[in-house]
Amino acid sequence: MVITAAVDRAEDARQWIEKAKPTHPSLIDEGHHLGELYNMVNVPTVVWIDEAGHIARPNDVAFTTGKGGKYANVSTEQQMTLLRSWVRGDLLDPGDDLIRQRIAPMSADAGLARAQFGLGWWLFQAGRHEVAEHHFRIAGDLAPDDFMIRRGTMPLRGSDPFGPEFVEMVTDWLGRGNSYYLALPVE
Amino acid sequence: MTSFTVIDVGHPTEVEATLTEDRVWINAAGVEKALGWVLRSEGLCRGTVCIPVTRQAGLVNNGNMSLSALAELLRRPLASSPEEGAAYLGPPFDLFDQMIAGLEAPDFELPDLDDRLHSLSEHRGSKVLLAVWASW
Repeated sequence: MVITAAVDRAEDARQWIEKAKPTHPSLIDEGHHLGELYNMVNVPTVVWIDEAGHIARPNDVAFTTGKGGKYANVSTEQQMTLLRSWVRGDLLDPGDDLIRQRIAPMSADAGLARAQFGLGWWLFQAGRHEVAEHHFRIAGDLAPDDFMIRRGTMPLRGSDPFGPEFVEMVTDWLGRGNSYYLALPVE
Repeated sequence: MTSFTVIDVGHPTEVEATLTEDRVWINAAGVEKALGWVLRSEGLCRGTVCIPVTRQAGLVNNGNMSLSALAELLRRPLASSPEEGAAYLGPPFDLFDQMIAGLEAPDFELPDLDDRLHSLSEHRGSKVLLAVWASW
């Protein structure tokens, strides 16, 4: 069972969903609730959830095509092989401790940043774009490495999410020794 | 008294508030309507859960509750804008710690493009690949 969710306005996600013609639930998460609940800070993020609602694999980066995969440190092929093994029931349970080790903690500022985003989003929907942007900026200052907030609000702020503001953000991130996408080990 | 919107993790409720200097005070009826919490002798209660309230908490004044003190007591992140007449309360900080402890995937309910709601829990019994993406 695949469930996709776009942390986007419906109008921004629509063309991609319609092009894909999915047979699975394709959800819209304008309010970034999945970010709040799962501590997601960027896209794409995938989570494996088993039949009992238990997290089998926590927040990870995965692409379905090699094109996106070149930005990650593991191959798409390896990830898909692992996924198929899990679906078939062939994968060894890594154990809860290992799963927990792979979950990043959520800081107080991260929660506050998301609340600022939530307030900004409500104001944006009410047509108060200027003051919404003010709260998006506060959110970004509280969580400067949260791409879901800083890059995710670019379309709302009239900034190209593939343009100079994004390039500056990524350059700074990479300049501090980070990988853009760091996938979980594939074993 | 002024109209004020309390947004409980994306769900907005209009209540009556009193603004003093930099504090937002919401009456008991408003707190119950927006957040489901009621002040009783045992403390601040919702359903069967009660949180004891000390005078130092600075929660209550004249039958009204301070929004910032309330957020602190409920351990929830607060983004408040008295000037804009709105405030957003995020999920409790403890929720994520509980998630790590129990490793239960947090349930959610979101719409598709036809505005039909879908939840994670309705798919219990199947393995689920939750893939979050964006146009950006």
